[in-house]
Amino acid sequence: MNNEWPLWEVFIRSQHGLAHKHVGSLHAPDAEMAVNNARDVYTRRNEGVSIWVVRASDIVASSPSDKGALFEPSNSKVYRHPTFFPMPEEVKNL
Amino acid sequence: MDNTKFEYLLRLADNGLVLSQRLSEWCGKGPALEEDMALTNVALDLIGQARFWFDYAGELEGQGRDEDALAFHRDAGQFRNLLLVEQPNGTYADTLARQFYFDSWHYLLLQKLCASKDTRIAGIADKSLKEVAYHVRRSGDLVVRLGDGTAKSHQMMQDAFDTLWAYTGEMFQPDAVEAAMFEAGAGPDVAALRAPWLAHVAAVFDEATLRMPSPDAWMQKGGKEGVHSEHLGFLLAEMQFLQRAYPNAVW
Amino acid sequence: MYAQLVDTGGKSVKRLDEMGAEERAFQERVDAGVKIEAKDWMPDNYRKTLIRQISQHAHSEIVGQLPEGNWVTRAPTLKRKSILLAKIQDEAGHGLYLYSAAETLGISRDEMLAALHSGKAKYSSIFNYPTLTWADIGAIGWLVDGSAIINQIPLCRCSYGPYARAMVRVCKEESFHARQGYDIMMAMCNGTPEQKAMAQDALNRWWWPALMMFGPSDAESVNSVQSAAWRIKLFSNDELRQRMVDQSVPQAEFLGLTVPDPDLRWNEETQKYDFGAIDWEEFTNVVRGNGPCNKERLRTRVKAYDDGAWFRDALVAHADKKNAATQLVA
Repeated sequence: MNNEWPLWEVFIRSQHGLAHKHVGSLHAPDAEMAVNNARDVYTRRNEGVSIWVVRASDIVASSPSDKGALFEPSNSKVYRHPTFFPMPEEVKNL
Repeated sequence: MDNTKFEYLLRLADNGLVLSQRLSEWCGKGPALEEDMALTNVALDLIGQARFWFDYAGELEGQGRDEDALAFHRDAGQFRNLLLVEQPNGTYADTLARQFYFDSWHYLLLQKLCASKDTRIAGIADKSLKEVAYHVRRSGDLVVRLGDGTAKSHQMMQDAFDTLWAYTGEMFQPDAVEAAMFEAGAGPDVAALRAPWLAHVAAVFDEATLRMPSPDAWMQKGGKEGVHSEHLGFLLAEMQFLQRAYPNAVW
Repeated sequence: MYAQLVDTGGKSVKRLDEMGAEERAFQERVDAGVKIEAKDWMPDNYRKTLIRQISQHAHSEIVGQLPEGNWVTRAPTLKRKSILLAKIQDEAGHGLYLYSAAETLGISRDEMLAALHSGKAKYSSIFNYPTLTWADIGAIGWLVDGSAIINQIPLCRCSYGPYARAMVRVCKEESFHARQGYDIMMAMCNGTPEQKAMAQDALNRWWWPALMMFGPSDAESVNSVQSAAWRIKLFSNDELRQRMVDQSVPQAEFLGLTVPDPDLRWNEETQKYDFGAIDWEEFTNVVRGNGPCNKERLRTRVKAYDDGAWFRDALVAHADKKNAATQLVA
């Protein structure tokens, strides 16, 4: 028996976004957990975000077309942002 | 009053710090990648909250102790966390059981603290409540799924809940500090949290097909007074090592 | 970097006129910079190579959590602890994006994990070294994440859509990692003599393994030529390694640290640093399983997976029960 959690595709609409965008996928045993996991993985608890999850096997796709996935890291933890660490002027490439 | 409030804030901060420390021991070792990330989120939330409580505590004390001085330079006898949060991780079932017991209380506590006469406390509680609302929903949901999952998961959760039950009473036994805070309108009546907590746990257990132990069972206590289990010493030794070994260093 | 030892499956690279119609159309798209997507036709070896490369990249992120997890309970301040937790969480997330990208090619996560746990699939050599001091955490962020960024930025333009997009997301988060590490090093190098010595010691132990991350010279490799033609490897190992050295030496100088390479010197003519010989025997051994931490890293991952089976199985069982109940009602 295969006990692997099914694959879900995740779509996020950010607070100021106009439409949901595909951001990636994850495994979860059911839809509710997929939404919860998507919060933890793809939004880091940003408020006002809308999440859709769809079972990957339910997606019907046209052939060769770009799904146009964009990734929007949304972080409430300021130190996740590179600008949080001021780097001395003289140091390059960081 | 200030010293009482200081002592009270340490209870809140130490709970967050110690529990976060325990959860971070699971980094990279959880049962699934997605679950690893979810648990780390909880750990991050808790340490973030602890830092807010420590900041306020240090300011109130007025002796120049910042969050790190408080976290890394007190010995076990000065820690004020509940016995529950210092219990070892054990299996993932033990970890989740501990989390569910704590989250259910933490949520109720923060709800009350949002109405504290101390506006700083109310502010921190308000911020924390949003995060803990998610924690309690998450842990309750997992308890239902695992309680009513396989025979094995059911047994593991039941065993974990049975073992940790004795540490839950402490959450509702007010000590002098908590009583004083309640008198001043700055903190809640922790004894009054017991009924809603029991109701919540009972409801979740019912859905999870788990058996709730007797509310009249004998309860362990001492954490809030600084009388801890043997586990805290080891936890602090690991956590505080660098600061203790290199006392003049800035990191 | 993650294609260390990945076999592209061919003996030589085909010319356009040697290809069948489908493959020629595919190659022309690649040459034109058009992304290949999951449902597109692709050569079998392209698919296989990508599966190996992406899954090894994913495995590296997951195993990479362990050397840092080793210090998260001993982080010296609450701020550093929070930052490290966030970084480790990011790594889990990167692993997840990459497993997802690999799955678009027709392999399941469980299959990939089985390959990792059996030792068949590799992960980056660097994670087989131990983290012995807090300075190692700084060195890893600075040099290991730094190397990873150099490798990953070009991959944002690779030919396979899902992989390229995963790389874009990863890169956005990765620069926080490198800066976090360098920030730790700066604090220590500006600190007590003991801290500075700790930082120098960490650099001494992590410098050469970081350079080895890029893999051996691949000037003669058929695999590299094929991967370049397929646009899944855009620069040679030597080119990327040179970039890493040229970038890191001034950073080390700023810290007041000495790079542990007596042959390191600035070449005015090439405007690059010449550096000493790498011990490829050490690299080969580490990749083969003889590194200081290989057995332990793998054992930890296998244990986590095995110990977690009850959890994963229970969640499936519960979901099935709920599903069956819903169907009865309907």
